[in-house]
Amino acid sequence: MSRLLLIAFDESDLNSCGGFATALGLPYDALLLSGNSTVGGEKIFQAGLTAIPTADTVAGLLAVFVHTYSHVAFVSSMRSKDLAARIAGILDAAMITDAIGIESPTTFLRPMVAGAVIATVDAEPPVFITFRPSNFAPAELTAGTVVPMGIEPAPGSKVVKASAKTAGRPDLSQAKIIVSGGKPLKDAATFETVLGGLADALGGAVGATRAAVDTGIAPNELQVGQTGKIVAPNLYIAAGISGSTQHMAGIKDSKVIVAINKDGDAPIFEVADIGIVADLFDVLPQLQAKLPGARS
Amino acid sequence: MRILIPIKRVVDPYAKVRALPSGEGLDTAGLKFEINPFDEIALEEAVRMKERGEATELIAITIGGSECEEQLRKSLAIGADKAILVETTSALDPSAVSTELAAWAKELQPDLILMGKQGTENDENQTGQRLAAKLDWPQATFASKIEKLASGFQVTRETDLGEEVVEVAQPAVITVDLRLNEPRYIALPGIIKARSKPLERATPKTALTVKVKTRSYANPPARGAGIRVNSVDELVAAIAAKGVL
Ligand SMILES: Cc1cc2nc3c(=O)[nH]c(=O)nc-3n(C[C@H](O)[C@H](O)[C@H](O)COP(=O)(O)OP(=O)(O)OC[C@H]3O[C@@H](n4cnc5c(N)ncnc54)[C@H](O)[C@@H]3O)c2cc1C
Repeated sequence: MSRLLLIAFDESDLNSCGGFATALGLPYDALLLSGNSTVGGEKIFQAGLTAIPTADTVAGLLAVFVHTYSHVAFVSSMRSKDLAARIAGILDAAMITDAIGIESPTTFLRPMVAGAVIATVDAEPPVFITFRPSNFAPAELTAGTVVPMGIEPAPGSKVVKASAKTAGRPDLSQAKIIVSGGKPLKDAATFETVLGGLADALGGAVGATRAAVDTGIAPNELQVGQTGKIVAPNLYIAAGISGSTQHMAGIKDSKVIVAINKDGDAPIFEVADIGIVADLFDVLPQLQAKLPGARS
Repeated sequence: MRILIPIKRVVDPYAKVRALPSGEGLDTAGLKFEINPFDEIALEEAVRMKERGEATELIAITIGGSECEEQLRKSLAIGADKAILVETTSALDPSAVSTELAAWAKELQPDLILMGKQGTENDENQTGQRLAAKLDWPQATFASKIEKLASGFQVTRETDLGEEVVEVAQPAVITVDLRLNEPRYIALPGIIKARSKPLERATPKTALTVKVKTRSYANPPARGAGIRVNSVDELVAAIAAKGVL
């Protein structure tokens, strides 16, 4: 029997599942690890966890739980890759990482080599999938019956300390506007004032290159690219970013890319919709003052 | 402590790679091949553990064609004590590779398997987790810091929200992220000098069955060329005209 189980870590995850579930076209249920929802499919299994346990402590019981499903899908994220691959390993099942398209329930499209190439891959069920929501037309999940479910973690790796979700700016992977910067932002304080200032004025999020994160200018959760977050905002402002293939891998699906760079030959201009050869320290404060709708 | 370090040969991560016009593979003509940068960081970390007296033996292992000898020789030069080349010309996927690596881990009995979180060619991010599952060992993925404990490890992991510190008992699988360390530079003479270190060629212990088959490869549509503006006022007008604010 072909049936999809969506596994979501929380409601915001679940809210990004509609497009994929609709595109796959199979009947579906959802398993929500934390939080509540009345939409999610025919059955909505709610585990009601207050903290998400480590992957190795819950993969075993989830492997038993999912065995009646032909497809098990997660929104692509670091935590979903951590968990999905562990369960797939237990079941010796196929897994598609970062699906961006569906040809049939056994054929998917996925990016490789930092998004430079798109592969068409075949996998027989059971198949685990992590997918990128921005590549699927938004759709609502259907309402269903909530089924409470207990999850008792087994022994394994233990969390000693974790960063909490910071309130304030929108989440990078869901932001409509992102102001992103690279190495020339100098230090954390400059990054925060110059980029953060414009982002806040526009109600957007801030992003960074790996070079900026490596040099301590920005925290690692802001890294955009092949090994960071994949973003798809309406507007991506890249300030002082050269445009390496690894960075481009994370921003290709942005609607409008604006590049601000001192070097007219920087590769970022090859993909930017609007480019200006200028000093970002000149341009960004002016944008903050002049862009329509920006709060100063 | 014995550490097993799986190594993958990948096309130069800084090269611009395209699909072949036939769609049958990647066009790698004229491109260099390297150790997957994430695996190189894992190996570097293992070498530092040995230098600190925490590890005694480092074994690098690769599953692939005879051309992978190049990356294993370099691994020996970086500091692996021994290398194993499991020779095959089969197409591989994370399922086949993790199953084969699990068979080797059972024989070699490492206390730690240290490897990259993903290969830069396929970007799949699965093999470490699948291997840990097959061995029923704890896993700590995306490590940016590793500290040895009495009989395990404290690992700082990169997460979607920032960082998390976890403790795992050994034996364990740890997959590494870019910020863990900066690998040392090895010049050619170092690679030649490492020729006296043992490199064993072996046949696969498992059937190397793949679960995912790649049917074809294509280049994504290029983004159309944009416009250049000459002043901030023009920039403001151009952004406003896109209707994305
Ligand atoms: C395996 C691997 C994975 C990677 N993953 C990622 C990833 O996920 N994300 C990522 O971003 N990178 C990643 N990288 C790193 C990537 O290759 C680049 O090194 C990095 O993206 C460069 O960052 P940058 O653009 O900030 O710095 P640079 O390349 O140094 O560019 C800085 C740019 O700023 C311009 N500039 C300088 N001063 C000013 C000024 N005052 N005003 C305007 N412009 C100015 C310069 O002209 C230059 O173009 C990865 C690398 C590897 C090997």
